Amino acid sequence: MTIDTFLQNLLNALQWGSFYAIIAVGFSIVYGVLLLVNFAHGDIFMAGAYFAYFIGTLLLNKFEMQLPFALPGWAVLSITLTLTMALTALLAVSIERIAYRPLRQKGAHRLYVVITALMIGLFLEYANVATLGARDRPFPELVESVPFRIGAVYATNVKVGVIVISIAVMLLLALFVQRTKWGMAMRAISYDRLAVPLMGVSVDRIIVITFAIGGSMAALAGVLYGTAYPILKFNMGVLIGWKAFVSAVVGGIGSIRGAVVGGFLLGFLEIFVAAILPSTYRDLITFSLLLLILAVRPTGLFGVARRTKV
Amino acid sequence: MKRLLRKRFVTLFMGLVFVATVVPTWLGWYDSYIQLIIQYIGINIILTVSLNLINGYMGEFNCGHAGFMGAGAYIASILTVLFLIQDDVFGPPLVSEGWSLIVFPLALVLGAIGAALFGLLIAIPSFRTRGDYLAIITLAVNYIFKSFIENVQKIGGARGFMGTARVVKVLEGLTPIPWTMIYIFFAAILAIYVVRHFTVSTFGKGVMAIREDEIASELMTIDTRRVKVTAFMLACGLAGLGGGLYAHVIGYINPGMFTILKSTEIMVMVYLGGMGSISGSILSATAFTVALEILKPLGLFRWVLLPVLLIVLMIFRPTGIMGNRELTDVFPRLKTFLAFKESAQIDAAPAD
Repeated sequence: MTIDTFLQNLLNALQWGSFYAIIAVGFSIVYGVLLLVNFAHGDIFMAGAYFAYFIGTLLLNKFEMQLPFALPGWAVLSITLTLTMALTALLAVSIERIAYRPLRQKGAHRLYVVITALMIGLFLEYANVATLGARDRPFPELVESVPFRIGAVYATNVKVGVIVISIAVMLLLALFVQRTKWGMAMRAISYDRLAVPLMGVSVDRIIVITFAIGGSMAALAGVLYGTAYPILKFNMGVLIGWKAFVSAVVGGIGSIRGAVVGGFLLGFLEIFVAAILPSTYRDLITFSLLLLILAVRPTGLFGVARRTKV
Repeated sequence: MKRLLRKRFVTLFMGLVFVATVVPTWLGWYDSYIQLIIQYIGINIILTVSLNLINGYMGEFNCGHAGFMGAGAYIASILTVLFLIQDDVFGPPLVSEGWSLIVFPLALVLGAIGAALFGLLIAIPSFRTRGDYLAIITLAVNYIFKSFIENVQKIGGARGFMGTARVVKVLEGLTPIPWTMIYIFFAAILAIYVVRHFTVSTFGKGVMAIREDEIASELMTIDTRRVKVTAFMLACGLAGLGGGLYAHVIGYINPGMFTILKSTEIMVMVYLGGMGSISGSILSATAFTVALEILKPLGLFRWVLLPVLLIVLMIFRPTGIMGNRELTDVFPRLKTFLAFKESAQIDAAPAD
């Protein structure tokens, strides 16, 4: 592999890994706070992409029903992004309220909550396909794609934008978790769940905030994904979400740093395996490698083994 | 007469089911749609009961059961097509038609054994991990299986593998009885029998002990590794058997049939019926299959209703229809009919 192809693949891998990293972070923060793997998170990502599709296409006047005004490109982008993130955060919080909270308050066994999460994911997918049909939807062009070259590497502003925005968002989240009071509360809950209410912090409120953050990050990933790969399928949440989940676990579930590392690692593995070997072996080899990592380090790269007291 | 009824209730009941399902099919009273539904119910019972052994009795979280079903399906299909029919890839049949009576069940058994060996792939990591991590490993195994099959072009890859329909025709050419239905009937009984006898045996009680408290059961001299491996291999073998039958009922298989979606369907049936309850699994497999067909007018909205049903179930009755109990716990009088040991006859109703 020449240095040029290597750099090209590196760029692709960074972009591909960004999606996994953002969604994996969503998995990790919810797990850190609730000790629950929110299997519906991949489908929240899908919902975010579809919300952006509807809002963006509406604002760009691409639907049959035309708006009485036309907005400039940057306005469409910002309105779509903010509205999508808000709606998806609302969706995530509603899911928590309707499905997870009653079980949490009843003290249900964690397994039942996990099953509920799986079912909510299925519900979102099938609701999508039942109401909107199985036809793939084209994502509206919110940002004009401008290709350029750096040496022998072909890049577009979208690719570079995805990488830059993802890293910026994850730095923001790290800042939030480390420097703000709410972030401190989130970390506290992941250390010692029972002591937090004793300190006068409302666990429910922090959980709502966590879900809102996770949901809006998934929406951001959805918008970025739609911009980079403008075809939306109803099962895109399953395909990408499950892989992001695996990368979160490989990085060490509950750890944001681990989720980011795991997401980029999976992105690198997928792109480079597809570059070196025939691309049909991609999933096979990627998952086998991930299983290998889990076999060597069962709690993930940055995970902390939870000690159970007997 | 009453004594005979009590003593042989299970056999009589099975005979009744046989008469209700196989005989009308043979006589041609059922159209092919109803035949398909009955066969689906049988296959779902096998799959649900086998997954119940891992998820219900042992308390693990196996999300990849469809992978083992697919392994059994592919192995059985390849063997039957290889031996029994003319195929583009595999060439002429290796044995004459008369042998098909032996080849067919043998292929099913080998498919089950192959799936059981494949089950070792999840049994071994399960020693060190539980819960969420095992969920991922099983998911990954499911993906790996699907991806692996898609890459083997000789058996069709992603396009699928055809030929099992012709295998059934060969069998029916010999004797025109509903072969697949008969095999499904006996396989379902076998699955129920095996799982039931395994879990009430001394060795099998370790399975439930592991679910309750693994460390304590280690202290109580239960060889957890051996119990886990046995349980996983048993369950995956039964799933492989179900898969082999599934392949011959539908007549065509492709890796897209054995994805997480199928695994989730089986999981829904297990949790609907109640973890650790065989009667619950049978009931929910039947109810689920029938409900799916009854709700056909709703079209795709059926698949929206099902997750909602399970969510509601989780909130209000998480233990499933039957909970952890069997039918005989809910209706104790049934114990006189469904006794497995002679001693139960003694504490049954007084002198007959």
